[in-house]
Amino acid sequence: MGLSNEYIQQRLTEKFGTETLTFEENYGMLSFEAPKEQNLKVLQFLYDEPELQFRFLTDLCAVNYPEAKGKELAVVYHLHNLEANVRIRFKVFTSVTTPDVFTATQLFASANWMERETYDFFGVNFLGHPNLKRILNVDEMDYFPMRKEYPLEDQTRIDKDDEMFGRG
Amino acid sequence: MLSNQHIKLPEGSIEKQTTTLNVGPTHPATHGVFQNIMELDGERIVSTDQTVGYIHRAFEKLAERRPLYQITPITDRLNYCSSPINNMGWHLTCEKLLGVQTPKRVDYLRVIIMELARISDHLICNSIVGVDTGAYTGFLYVMQYRELIYEIYEEVCGSRLTTNIGRIGGFERNFTNTAFAKLEKFLKEYPKVLKEFENLFARNRIFMERTQGGGAISAERALNYGFTGPNLRAAGVDYDVRVHTPYSSYEDFDFTVPVGNTGDNYDRFLVRNAEMWQSLSIIEQAYRKIQEFKGAEAEVYHANVPEYYLPKKEDVYTKMEALIWHFKIIMGEVDMPKGEVYYSVEGGNGELGYYLISDGGRTPFRLHFRRPCFIYYQAYPELIKDSMLSDAIVTMSSLNLIAGELDA
Repeated sequence: MGLSNEYIQQRLTEKFGTETLTFEENYGMLSFEAPKEQNLKVLQFLYDEPELQFRFLTDLCAVNYPEAKGKELAVVYHLHNLEANVRIRFKVFTSVTTPDVFTATQLFASANWMERETYDFFGVNFLGHPNLKRILNVDEMDYFPMRKEYPLEDQTRIDKDDEMFGRG
Repeated sequence: MLSNQHIKLPEGSIEKQTTTLNVGPTHPATHGVFQNIMELDGERIVSTDQTVGYIHRAFEKLAERRPLYQITPITDRLNYCSSPINNMGWHLTCEKLLGVQTPKRVDYLRVIIMELARISDHLICNSIVGVDTGAYTGFLYVMQYRELIYEIYEEVCGSRLTTNIGRIGGFERNFTNTAFAKLEKFLKEYPKVLKEFENLFARNRIFMERTQGGGAISAERALNYGFTGPNLRAAGVDYDVRVHTPYSSYEDFDFTVPVGNTGDNYDRFLVRNAEMWQSLSIIEQAYRKIQEFKGAEAEVYHANVPEYYLPKKEDVYTKMEALIWHFKIIMGEVDMPKGEVYYSVEGGNGELGYYLISDGGRTPFRLHFRRPCFIYYQAYPELIKDSMLSDAIVTMSSLNLIAGELDA
């Protein structure tokens, strides 16, 4: 017992070096980021190390930061060590022009649909994914709707004949 | 002759040795809108192709334009069989971001509502498993008691299915005496009914033979597939968010976490059944604790956070202070602190998580729902491979798939 955030941070920096990783703590949860080429190495290390054993992928999603040039998309993994009951957050950033990130499906079967959802909404191209196609949106869609460049409909628009819904 | 036929069959469909069957999108046995395209060899399932997304409503995108209070009704529509748990989970996430401390009485009231929701959720799931194995009676019989739970919601918040219950920091109003009277009635009558329901199924030979061994999954595969909640516990892993990371004062209650060992349909049924008994005991404990509050403490139903808690309507019309806060909250002039929060509660189906990123504005910068259903439904083809079609239907209902949660 007693897998502390400091210890996890220490083990990770020993393995990957201080220059590749940046750490922060948000509301008690250790959060760190690594270069996107290293995402599988980091996940595998966290999975295999006998003291770490982050073997449960709680959640995988993406975030779009349109202002950060070259780092517009973040893929966020929430990992959980069920025995020690410690959660960590792991992020990799990628540019929106070449949004290629390695898939985690070899490690976690649960990543399959979560990556498809992330692809569907943000266009993150997961290299090596067995079945990377849209999941919630229609197949014909040609854009990635959760990106910030696609705003929601203007609520004050008046050009629409929409009597049925009280806007006419 | 063949060249003259009007119906164009897909290439290779005559030589094909298997039958393609569409189960869904609107099939009475799927209990929700999703499609399975099954390849059958006789009645045996060779492979399954799943399609989801028929009721996708872009909740995550909508949430990016809405202040916190307007997101609560969105969460209702995730797992609509236990919407109060979703609402509470959302309020707890906001409270963590905003740093709001809730009084004990609020926590206990929330526990009562959440456990009632858990009972109604499991009750539906288990009785539907009964329906799909051919026993309709249990389903009709227990519906009256779900009605009692809905009447309690109605008394507390005014609505029944999509509840939008509670506020950041507590409840919109105190529980009335009628609410407590209805709760007492439920606590008195329900154990007898649950016992009878259990007697109908748990040791019923037909039911056991229909469900045992079907849709089984090992603990290791279940973890790899991201199973949580009753489905994971049926496979033998005692992971329960209420125990692992207690929220809303769950640490004050004495309850056990039922686990199965085979992870099949029968164990899932038994785990849900045992959880209902545990929920009943938790509600009884919480109700006793609430009765121990005396004087002014017995009237507390929300935390003192005027920045986020909507004031009473009477006060808005008569008091300056309340009017100001009402205006500020409704117009979204109260900014959230910057930060990133992941918070999860034990929903009806498993770990329901909210990943909230705030950039300090009035609406979330990004909100992601971790929907347990969506994550474990991808294991379905593996669960039903080589089983009979009729067992696949039972497996589907025993997983407790809720289309609203699948698609968000």
